[in-house]
Amino acid sequence: MNTKTALSSKKNIAFREVSFHINDILKRLIVSGISLEIPEGETLVLLGRSGSGKTTLLKLINGMLLPREGEILVEGRSTRDWDLIRLRRGIGYVIQDAGLFPHFTVAENVALVPNLERWDAARTAARVQEMLQLVGLDPGEFAHRRPRELSGGQRQRVGVARALAADPPILLMDEPFGALDPVTRAELQREFSALARRLGKTIVFVTHDLREALLLASRIVLLETGRIVASAPPQEFLRLHHPEVRAFTSSLNLTPGASA
Amino acid sequence: MTSWSFFTEHREEILGATVEHMTLVVIAMVIAILIGVPLGMFIVQRPALRTIALGIASIFQTIPSLALFGFLIPIPFIGGIGKRTAIVALVLYALLPILRNTYVGLTGIDPAVLEAAEAMGMTRAQILFRVRFPLARAVILAGIRTATIITIGVATIAAAIGAGGLGTFIFRGVALVSDALILAGAIPAALLALLADFLLGLLERRLKVT
Repeated sequence: MNTKTALSSKKNIAFREVSFHINDILKRLIVSGISLEIPEGETLVLLGRSGSGKTTLLKLINGMLLPREGEILVEGRSTRDWDLIRLRRGIGYVIQDAGLFPHFTVAENVALVPNLERWDAARTAARVQEMLQLVGLDPGEFAHRRPRELSGGQRQRVGVARALAADPPILLMDEPFGALDPVTRAELQREFSALARRLGKTIVFVTHDLREALLLASRIVLLETGRIVASAPPQEFLRLHHPEVRAFTSSLNLTPGASA
Repeated sequence: MTSWSFFTEHREEILGATVEHMTLVVIAMVIAILIGVPLGMFIVQRPALRTIALGIASIFQTIPSLALFGFLIPIPFIGGIGKRTAIVALVLYALLPILRNTYVGLTGIDPAVLEAAEAMGMTRAQILFRVRFPLARAVILAGIRTATIITIGVATIAAAIGAGGLGTFIFRGVALVSDALILAGAIPAALLALLADFLLGLLERRLKVT
């Protein structure tokens, strides 16, 4: 087993019979019996309705949640054995509301992980420039702004730049474009799709939007009430006959042009 | 004798009492901040302690101030007649607004910001000092501002246990039925409170991050 994981790609993620549940007064999130291999360079989209366990799977990868049963291997090592701070600094994370630090400038936000990792100032500054250009923001215009001075789309671009700044091999994205207006969303989806192909990172992307999944995914994994019910590349996915797949594809047909 | 001529004739005494009053307030506030802010930071991660700490601080706030001064007098080391006892009482009064605002400020932060901070690999201490604390500054300062105004008012009562300050005029004025004496204590105390409110309000607006 050990030799096998050592030989497999350094950057992959594997779920082995993972179950997780939390019981509290407000909500009960459950995933169960999850087994999933995510090879290096794949853009895996976790698709499902609200409450299907997509975000839970994402948070299990960077150790924000630890499994009740089974294990998640990142680069061949269980998240239980990782130093979680080290693990997370090697995994980019983008969320719906961007979660930019309002007291930091755009440049300081992007420099977060390089600063935590004590990069020297010149290298960090160069990297911030590079990242802002990568996400289509002019450093001269945006570097010294505060998050409140940005539009929703610009904030998400900064969120992506921040996640990529320390060049992590893995990128986790939780409905990053979900709160944007349809036009901006389509724009960012297109750009990100091209960016993802160019960067070659392992990306796990959560969405409830099939259109987005089809655009970005190299593979779509469909979750229903905490279980994986389908897993296929986009074109194959559309031809599957599972009822939950049909539910998603029919929503696509019923509302041409809409995407949420 | 009009109040005004009383004021001009006793200018130096009033000034001295004002300085004495401010000294009491400043010492009490410094101690209350040094206790309240770290304690507030400490209870953020500890629900059990939080209830106890906020509960105890609330109880002090409900004790009538004159009674609190009275209760402290017989207590060894911190009690007795004079400034030390007064400062202890003022600290106890100032604690609740500082503690509560520190706690509320540190916990009332956009969950997305905290989630991002954790997910990017910040340690708990880094999240506290680089994210929670800078974002909570204005709220904490609002608590300090409230506490300062309360303390300036309550400190007038400290004169009852021999701590001096502007309350000395007020108590004497009540005993002698002299409006001029009462005003000689009350007006500077009110001006001090307004001034503190104004200055701390300015600072608070500067620290606010939106």
